[in-house]
Amino acid sequence: MSSRRAAIVAGIVVLVALPFVISEDYYINIASQILLYAIFALGIDVLVGYAGLVSLGHAGLFGIAAYIVANVLAAGYGHTVAIVAALIGGLIATAGFAAVALRSVGITFIMITLALGEIIWGLAYRWISVTNGDNGISVTTRPAPFGLSLASPRGFYDATLIVFLLAMAAMAIFVSSPLGAALAGTRDQPRRMNALGYHVWMIRFLAFLFSGFLSSVSGILFVYYNEFISPQALALPASAAGLLMAIAGGAGTLFGPVVGSALVVIVQNVVSAYITRWNFMLGAIFVAIVVFMPEGLVPGSVRFGRAIWRAARGRKPTPSDRASATPIGGPRL
Amino acid sequence: MFGKSTPRKLSRRTVLAGTAVGAAAALTRFPAPAIAQAAPFKLGLLTVKTGPLAQGGIQMEQGVLTYLKEKNYTLGGRKVDFISADTGGNPAGAKTKAQELVERDKVDVILGPLAAFELYAINEYVQQVKMPTLSLAAADNLTQRTPNPYLLRASATSSQAMQPMGHYAATELKLKRVICIVEDFAFGYEQMGGFQAAFQKDGGCVVNKLWPPIVTPDYTPYIAQISDCDGVCQGFAGSNPLRFMKQYASAGLKYPVVTGETGADDALLKSFGDEAVGLVSACPYTLDNPIEPNQRFVSEIMQNYNVIPGFYAAGLYVNCQVVDAGLKVAGGDASDKRKFMAALKSVSLTDTPRGPIKFDHLNNVIGNIYIRRIGTEGAKYGLKLWNKTIHTYENVSQFWTWPEKEFLAHPVYSRNYPPLTKC
Repeated sequence: MSSRRAAIVAGIVVLVALPFVISEDYYINIASQILLYAIFALGIDVLVGYAGLVSLGHAGLFGIAAYIVANVLAAGYGHTVAIVAALIGGLIATAGFAAVALRSVGITFIMITLALGEIIWGLAYRWISVTNGDNGISVTTRPAPFGLSLASPRGFYDATLIVFLLAMAAMAIFVSSPLGAALAGTRDQPRRMNALGYHVWMIRFLAFLFSGFLSSVSGILFVYYNEFISPQALALPASAAGLLMAIAGGAGTLFGPVVGSALVVIVQNVVSAYITRWNFMLGAIFVAIVVFMPEGLVPGSVRFGRAIWRAARGRKPTPSDRASATPIGGPRL
Repeated sequence: MFGKSTPRKLSRRTVLAGTAVGAAAALTRFPAPAIAQAAPFKLGLLTVKTGPLAQGGIQMEQGVLTYLKEKNYTLGGRKVDFISADTGGNPAGAKTKAQELVERDKVDVILGPLAAFELYAINEYVQQVKMPTLSLAAADNLTQRTPNPYLLRASATSSQAMQPMGHYAATELKLKRVICIVEDFAFGYEQMGGFQAAFQKDGGCVVNKLWPPIVTPDYTPYIAQISDCDGVCQGFAGSNPLRFMKQYASAGLKYPVVTGETGADDALLKSFGDEAVGLVSACPYTLDNPIEPNQRFVSEIMQNYNVIPGFYAAGLYVNCQVVDAGLKVAGGDASDKRKFMAALKSVSLTDTPRGPIKFDHLNNVIGNIYIRRIGTEGAKYGLKLWNKTIHTYENVSQFWTWPEKEFLAHPVYSRNYPPLTKC
């Protein structure tokens, strides 16, 4: 679809041009946060949107990668070792996580991921010799790949943007690949997929690995961005925030999680400076999304846009213009 | 460079200060002094206004605003722009809000944050940007083994009040065997470490330490483990002391209870019932203090907000006094952060609501610790219960009576240090 391609190009242009337009470090830092949480939300979206598996434990995976970076650096190794170790460690942890959680689906899956996430949080909180408990671990330096320092807000934004675009590309390739199609099949008709000879468990497992990989990438960016990691980053509210980003923006879409991340980060960090009850406002926005755009902000806006376009040209709305609580393809959540 | 005027956008933050400035300008017919025409001094506050820590966080802001109102929004001869930021009580939020204050609002000093983990999250950052930070957070090591030259703590370390409490419990209350119970986090470990070290130094014995989680619906399983002792030391924070004392009393336990600055905070007095009578606490601030600066502070904050202030509000009020005095020492110039920090550190005050204070070379406060007992005697401001001061330890440092070298040679107080010993 050419309009879609135009939107992608426009999006990239805006993101690349952003630091030239806004010169204040503070807003560049906010933009970096939006991108790094967007990667996290994309990771959750792989499971929620495409596999129909709702996870409430992803902050655990995010945190494991962050803690590995902090510990490897504290042990005196360089950034390359730390990042590679975090990615490998994150994948191993994800594999363990998935092996346990994928024994079930539906509500049980939610509860098991919740429990696993809480276990990892508990470890971070209590395994003081490794995590320094509640007081957390500081990371004093950021990496400088190819001699480009990420210490400045601008440098960090550029690096985050590159990682983000790679993550988006990987996601797009994954979704449109045969594996992605098979994954959507396991979401909609797991029994039929099984009867057709697909290994449903393995497909879900691979999707989980990809999801965990994106979470780890985001965790690495998080620890370098904040230069600090403590158990709160792994707690249930962090997992829930990631899930809300994916769902509010539009689960099962490529851009939904990005928009959801922007919404949450901006309300939490920018709007909160002007409105004391920003939590309330965020809640109200979520309720409004559920009422008016149950499919999420991105698909909902597209639907509204089309309806307005048709109305302007004097046509009657088609059934697909109406909101449906169950997205095409059957229940996803 | 406050001589250079920078373009500023009008935000809701300037409204409060602006109203006060406007009112002052309307009332005065004299030309404003030259210094008032310079850019205002920007005072940033990192606090918590949402989530479980919000009660203390809101008191912090009330403490700041009470001082600013008293001084007509002028500190060290300069008009003040006050900017308050809500961290949401989490480390990533604290970092982002610290960046907002420094990079966007270009503040001259940061007051707060509240919790130790928030302070740890911004600890590196405030050193990088050389931002003087006057925190309420008690994390011991940031003025001990890993000091931050841009941190100034006019409140207390976690263990600063508990160490005199340990001494008082052993020598005056004549307790011999005490069980400690506190929330399972660093503030709790450091409080109980301080209590245990001082208590055992004076011949007492801590027989057990219990660590319930921060959020727990029921303390009964922990209270059931309290036996074979002659006293209990609790270190709960927030609203937890209320629930603990109630459940402790309804379990029928009668051992005397001692606590630190949060366990019997004056702001909790209105919510305590008979179960709290007899609770002995050690606190750097006491509502009961008859000195004039405290009477003034209490009557102002009650007039402004109709609240009984506790340590959070008093702590921030004192922080503002330190900034005010430091800015005067620096001649109203906060542009050179290193000099401004040195000026802040040199401050010694006699007229604070908590009594005289000064700072040690690691930037931590030296001040009085008050031992109080809850009873009905002397209750004021419509309260039924009252923290009556029964003893004052003067000029208590974070090292208590140990020589600094000896104190710092030990690891920081933790869950496992000092270890439980047979005694």
